[in-house]
Amino acid sequence: MKKIVLAAVAALAFSSSAFADPLKFGVAAEPYPPFTSPDASGNWVGWEVDFLGAICKQAALDCVITPTAWDGLIPALTSGQIDVIMSSMSITAERAKTIDFSDHYYNTPAMIVATKGSGLKPTPEGLAGKIIGVQVSTTHEAYAQKYFAPTAAEIKTYQTLDEQNQDLAAGRIDAGMADSIALDAFLSSDAGKACCESEGNVQDDPEILGQGVGFGLRKGDPLKDKLNAAIKAIRADGTYAAITAKYFKSDIYGSDK
Amino acid sequence: MQDFLKPHRIVLILIAAALVIWCVFELNWSWLANPKYQVLILQGIWRTIWILVVTMVVGMVLAIPIGLAQAAGPWYLATPARVFCTIIRGTPLLMQLWLLYYGLGSLFPSIPWIKDSALWPYLRQAWPFAVVALSLSVAGYEGEVMRGAFKGVPHGQLEAAKSMGMPAFTMFRRIWLPQALQRVLPTLGGETVSQLKSTPLVSTITIMDIYAVTGRIRQDTFIIYEPLLLLAVVYMMITGLIVLLFRWFESRTPTRTA
Amino acid sequence: MTCPPPAQIPALELLGFGECGWGATLIWGLGNSIVIALGAYALGFAIGICGAFGKLYGGPIAKDLLGVYTTIVRAVPELVLILILFYAFTGLLNDVLLAWGYDRIQISPIITGIVVLGVVQGAYQTEVLRGGILAVPAGQIEAARAMGMPSGVVARRIILPLMTANALPGLANLWLNATKDTALLAVIGFSELTKATYQASATTKAFFVFYPAAMCLYLLISLTSTFLIGRIEKWARRGQRDVRG
Repeated sequence: MKKIVLAAVAALAFSSSAFADPLKFGVAAEPYPPFTSPDASGNWVGWEVDFLGAICKQAALDCVITPTAWDGLIPALTSGQIDVIMSSMSITAERAKTIDFSDHYYNTPAMIVATKGSGLKPTPEGLAGKIIGVQVSTTHEAYAQKYFAPTAAEIKTYQTLDEQNQDLAAGRIDAGMADSIALDAFLSSDAGKACCESEGNVQDDPEILGQGVGFGLRKGDPLKDKLNAAIKAIRADGTYAAITAKYFKSDIYGSDK
Repeated sequence: MQDFLKPHRIVLILIAAALVIWCVFELNWSWLANPKYQVLILQGIWRTIWILVVTMVVGMVLAIPIGLAQAAGPWYLATPARVFCTIIRGTPLLMQLWLLYYGLGSLFPSIPWIKDSALWPYLRQAWPFAVVALSLSVAGYEGEVMRGAFKGVPHGQLEAAKSMGMPAFTMFRRIWLPQALQRVLPTLGGETVSQLKSTPLVSTITIMDIYAVTGRIRQDTFIIYEPLLLLAVVYMMITGLIVLLFRWFESRTPTRTA
Repeated sequence: MTCPPPAQIPALELLGFGECGWGATLIWGLGNSIVIALGAYALGFAIGICGAFGKLYGGPIAKDLLGVYTTIVRAVPELVLILILFYAFTGLLNDVLLAWGYDRIQISPIITGIVVLGVVQGAYQTEVLRGGILAVPAGQIEAARAMGMPSGVVARRIILPLMTANALPGLANLWLNATKDTALLAVIGFSELTKATYQASATTKAFFVFYPAAMCLYLLISLTSTFLIGRIEKWARRGQRDVRG
């Protein structure tokens, strides 16, 4: 009897891995539209999800999306709970000490949003004395700490862009800094239209803002070459452009370094 | 002392010491040397303790009328008090906190007289919401305890006071409340520890308590276990402090009840 | 996506099961919460029974180790324990599997949640059950021993039935805690009821539809539980004199 129970428990616990072993792509569990967000029925949708579908088809990989808290993504990767990070993670020197990155698959500038009619400017002087929201441990936070912190009233950190936008709409922060594409999506939503406007992109600093967004991989994982080849292939055959056109008005790939 | 140091225990203590030494030397503590993190950690501990003390005091003050209303109030006071306690005790604190911060907080800026009032600079910060949510939680749980305590005070005491011609409020202040509080005191230490364990929830509404600080260190450095270990040790030390404080406090209050 | 903007959808439809409703997400979250609470409680009970007997009748080392376990778990916030166990449990398991030459495995979040909350519950249940056993009159146990009952039978036929009534109020309280503690898993990104509510309300901005609805669901669990526990307690105390007089 006991053995049967144990076997049942084991089957329940390990059922997902007992058969074929799909590659687990870790996505931040927090919604990040239009790249990754769950819809009302809990399915993940967005540009990155479609992009992943194309990559996996191209490279003939069996892929599943595994939602993981943003702050747990890198630990989850190194401890083996996921195999690849696909969560709009910027390629930075700091992160590259711990994990490997594929080539970048999109690269967009950082933008400042504020409440309508605030007249703020995306510069250190333009934001002096203001409370600025950023996502914790992101390239944008590093940028805000370097350029805005000396003159701003406070740099407030958030776990998710969603919370940051909510607090901007609720007037708890004066301005928010994040990726321009993600902020555009917020600004074109009902909540965003009602409260906020773009104040323009910040001056680029590749040293801090990184070289675009790539897949995160365990150090030395040979999967990297496969993914790089797949990115190149779908760029070349027009799949990338077709997916992008579904979501954005212009290309988001950026320059080839 | 001799009772404590049995042979097997000495072995266990040695193993524990070896474990601690291993942790100190084998794990990666380099981030502790970073002055930026040292400041953040101290600030975080201070915020945790501040929230704990403020919400315990405010919550207890609220719990007294809530308990009294349930124990001796007319139905139009007793019923709302009872409903309040049921809701607070029947739903997760995290949900109450989020309802206040994300729900209520997002309403405020759309109400002009709030946005223009002198309170707005406070209402746009996170800590008032944390204080309100955590205080209400204490009030809900302790309101229930206070109800029992008020009911537990022997009736003869109150009748004696009444027959001496004591006014109702004086009787409450000098007989009823002190005896009820004395009944609650032994449970208060445990309640404070429970409350301490609820404080990390405030990190989810952007307050940088010690939990949020170690979270940020983990995210900055990608070190998982060491900040969490430090966090566990910090909470254990605060818990120990609370236990000692209440033990000292109890030893100083007379325990004789009529 | 043909839904109108959320502000134009009536509250009932937002909570409904239609294409634009979040009802299914909420119910799915509620189901997750209940499954985890039940699983964690059962695991905690198993740990608690072993822990309580170990603390009372175990060897000196077992007693001390159990003391360390219950002290640490009760002094450190559940949220911190969840994080530590969440990383340590899966990390260690995979390290062991790799060392034995197996592949890494992915443990479903539900199992992780159950194990993590179960370990926390176990510490509290150990203490409650220990108190329940201590309240069993020593004479009853001695009488059973004197009749030559083996200790396993004493535990099963004398101690367990008699302590059930003593331990029930404490166990009932812990069950209510278990249902509420599932909300903590929201912080590590697990979509139980609280997280589902957060996501639904953050997307639609209908805070005052989803939060009250979810709170009613939690209240429903706790009130139903309280009612059932009352019945069980009456049953467990059958044959005992009413001490309330």
